[in-house]
Parts: sequence; structure tokens; C-alpha cells
Amino acid sequence: MAEAPTAAPPTDPEQRAGQEPEEAIAPGPWERALDWALAPFVEIGTLAQLAGETLFWLVRRPFRGRLFIEQMEFIGVGSIFLVSLTGFFVGAVLGLQLVDGFRQFGAENQVGAVVGMAMAREIGPVFSALMVTSRAGSAMTTELGSMRVSDQINALIVMAVHPVQFLVVPRVVAGVVMVPVLTLMFNIVGLTGAYAVCTRMLGIDPGVFLGQMRWIVDWRDVRMGLVKAAVFGAAIALIACRQGFFASGGAAGVGRATNRAVVQSAIAILALDYLITALILGQGLAG
Amino acid sequence: MTRAEVDPVHIRVRDLHKSYGAHHVLKGVSFDVLRHKTNVVIGPSGSGKSVLMRQIIRLEKPDSGQVLVDGVDYASLEGMALQSKRRQMGMVFQASALFDSMTVFDNVAFPLREHTKLSRKEIRERVMARLESLGIAAAHAKWPAELSGGMQRRVAVARATVLETEILIYDEPTTGLDPLTVLTVDELIAETEEKFGVTSLVISHDMASVFRIADRITFLYFGEVAVSGSPAEVLERADGPIMEFIEASGVSRDFIERRAKEAG
Repeated sequence: MAEAPTAAPPTDPEQRAGQEPEEAIAPGPWERALDWALAPFVEIGTLAQLAGETLFWLVRRPFRGRLFIEQMEFIGVGSIFLVSLTGFFVGAVLGLQLVDGFRQFGAENQVGAVVGMAMAREIGPVFSALMVTSRAGSAMTTELGSMRVSDQINALIVMAVHPVQFLVVPRVVAGVVMVPVLTLMFNIVGLTGAYAVCTRMLGIDPGVFLGQMRWIVDWRDVRMGLVKAAVFGAAIALIACRQGFFASGGAAGVGRATNRAVVQSAIAILALDYLITALILGQGLAG
Repeated sequence: MTRAEVDPVHIRVRDLHKSYGAHHVLKGVSFDVLRHKTNVVIGPSGSGKSVLMRQIIRLEKPDSGQVLVDGVDYASLEGMALQSKRRQMGMVFQASALFDSMTVFDNVAFPLREHTKLSRKEIRERVMARLESLGIAAAHAKWPAELSGGMQRRVAVARATVLETEILIYDEPTTGLDPLTVLTVDELIAETEEKFGVTSLVISHDMASVFRIADRITFLYFGEVAVSGSPAEVLERADGPIMEFIEASGVSRDFIERRAKEAG
């Protein structure tokens, strides 16, 4: 096994000790440009290493059930209200927009089908993942970052407790399990919102709305959404943990790490969304 | 091996090198850490003390050299072999590094829950006994944030020694504390060594504190050992940069000489 990415690179003056001023050579513009160009690959490499370590420690004892439950509670139960609230309004506005648009060519009866498919395949997993990023992902980075800068992660290492196993594995597992559950909840509440707006306010027949939905949307659409949600859950937790785990530079450094975690997670969710959709549909990856 | 035959040197650091990129921080550091004694590594900021500590406790892997603990080279251990040896050493971090999501009791119970199969009752007894012996049993239900700096250090010592650790490393234990609390931390280090029979290695730049507690001093200066020995020996051999450092610390030479004589 490779040496765990347990210790952050030295950043404080004491750790950079013994450096004679003449030894410190400032990087030139070309080196800085190269660093900038390579940064995304370094980031992906570090994430891949952390993912590998997570898999390695996932199947090793001790299994800390209590930590898994705590994280599932934090990521899943703690996000129910936010996911439900956003789900309702997203469903409602989607119904409103689609009825308005489809009426222009007399297809408003198809709204139930389109809302159902869009929710199950795309909107459910993407919105749920973005909500989990903003609520739980940022909190994960802040917590791990604070543990890093206050030496609590080093304290774990010194006490022979592997920090990836103790801190990262439960969060990644909880992400993989709970984001799909939240996605299902988002879908149900979102469809309720769309149904309420379309049938109560916009005059769509309830039977037609539900009938069209049942006719077009099937288990494969829901499954596609759940697969995406599980991958997003892993990505959110890994990115959040990676940023927190290697945070440096005190409180300001933790703030920057949290910011990076949220931005990277949002980009990763949308990029992975396209990739998974293309893979499942078998088109869109090559001409 | 009987107690009388036990090697008086607990850790032998030999020719330790560590660089970060082009910066050569540790340039062949060698010194001994005496068993059941208080060993102090001092030096000005930027001398490489914390880097040295991180190599000894294996938070980082040295580029070359050895850290021999009872003959086992920590510097060359990897993976599970390193994990299994880690319990031999405990560490009290500069800011205590208590888990702020756990109470004092849970912090101290943590190593026992992780590494032993003791029952809840046994864990409770051992934790409370350790807290009691350090005079902090009444604080067992408090959160780390509710404790003073001195109390936090005591909890950190309790956590670091609860698995009957042989070696205890303190990283700048008096930094950021008021003079009275510094005295209580000095007493705590001596008390811990006496009560639990540990070998103490203290990283510090607090001269007054060093001469109060040290049985052996190693002066690190820009990545190299400038002098190592008993306080009296160090004072005798102190020259240029060491004297400058001692004088700049604001501690009177009389005090240091008196303490060195007492210790030596």
C-alpha cells in the first residue's frame, strides 16, 4: 500500500524551517504557467488516490457502524427539509413553464410525461446533489479542515487510527447511500408540486397528467437517476474530504478550501452528469 | 532483560535528513533520548524542531537516517508495521488537538475504544482513574472548548498515556500560555514522567521552562545539533548562537546556572 496522504505539506514557517534566504528560488513565469496548466490533473490525481485509499480502507476492520449512521443522519436526514423544499418549488415552476410553453403548439397534455422524465433522469439527481453540496459538503470540508489545522488529524495518526478510514470512508459511504434516497424524495415532492400547479391552477386534467407520466416514464429512467445520484454522492464526499483533509493556512485556509470544495463539486456534478448520461444512452461521447 | 540491564537510551536518532524541495531542513541530526528522563530539544524558530518531531513520530518519512526505538528503526517502517508500532509513542500537540466533537471522557476513552477489547465498565474505570491521577476527574463531562489551556494539556496527557505509552512527545507545550500556567505544565511533565514512567521528549523554545524540567538538552541550530548533554554541560559548552539565544530569551543567566547546577 502506498503511504497514506496523511500529513499535509508543510506550510507554517516552523515547518519550513532551516531555509536560508538564498536557497529560496521564486518560480519563474513559465514555471507558474506550467503549474497552473497542470493543476487540474494534479487535483484529479489526488482525488483518485484518495478514492483508492477509501476503497482500501472500506473493506478493512474495524467497521465503525456508529460513524456510518452518524454521517447518514447528517447527510441524509439533515438534508430532508432543504431537498423537499427545493423539490417542491422546482417541480411547481417546471410544471408552470412547460404548460405555458406546450400550450403554444397544443401539447400541454404531455406535461406529466415530460416533468416525470426530466425529474427522474436529470433534475432529481442534479438538484439533490447540489443541495447536499451546499449543506453537507461545505460542512464536511470545514469540519475536516478545522481538524487538520488544529492537529486533530495528526492526533488520529499518532494514535494509530487511520484518518482515511475514520473520517473519509463513513462520509463517502453515506454520500453514496443517501444522495439516491434524497433524489427519490426530491422526485416525489417535485412531482407533487408539478401535479398541484398543473391540475389545480392551470387546468390540466389529473388523469391525463398521471396517465401520460405512467405511459412514458419507466423504471429505467428512475434507475438512471439513482445511478447518477450515487456517483454524485461519492464525488461530493470525496471532493469535500479531499479539500478539508489537505487544508492549510489556519481559518482563512479552511475558508478557501470550503470555497474550492463547493465550486469543484458543482462542476463535477454537471460534468459527471453528461458523462453518465452519454454512457447509459450509448451516444454523445464520440461522433 | 532485567530493569538494571535496560538500555538507558530509549531513542537513538542517527544522521536524520529531511528536505522540502530545495530546502534542506534537517542536515544529519543525531542525538539520544534517555529512558524515563525529560529530554528537551530547543532551538530558535526555523531551526527545524517541529520538522524533527514530525520525523520521530512518523507524521512524515525522513529522507534518510534512523530513528531507533529500542533497536527498531521507525524511519524505515511502512504500512501496517508502522501502524502497529505507533501505540508505543504518544503525543501532546501544541494546541492539545483534543477532538472538539467529543467530551473530555470520550477523548481519553478514544484510544481504549479503538485499540482494546475492554468492556464499557473497564474503560470507564481506566479513564476515570487516569483523569483522577491528573486532577481533572471533575471535568470529565466537559467539552474541550470549556477548558483552560492548562486543563486541555492535562486531558491531552491523559489521552496520550491511557494506553500505557512508553514515550511521550510534547510539541511546544507552553506556547501561548500565561506564566503561571506554564509552571503547571512544567509540573505536569515531571508528574507524568514520575507517575506513568514515560520517557519524555519535549520540543520547546521556552528557555526558563527548559532549564526547569530538562534532564538532557539538545540544541538544534539550523537543522544541525549544536550541542547535546545535561543542562550543566550545555551551559558549559554554550557559545555564540546558543548564548545569544539564551540571552535573547530574557531569562537571567544566574537562574539558568542555578537550575543547571541543581539538575546536573
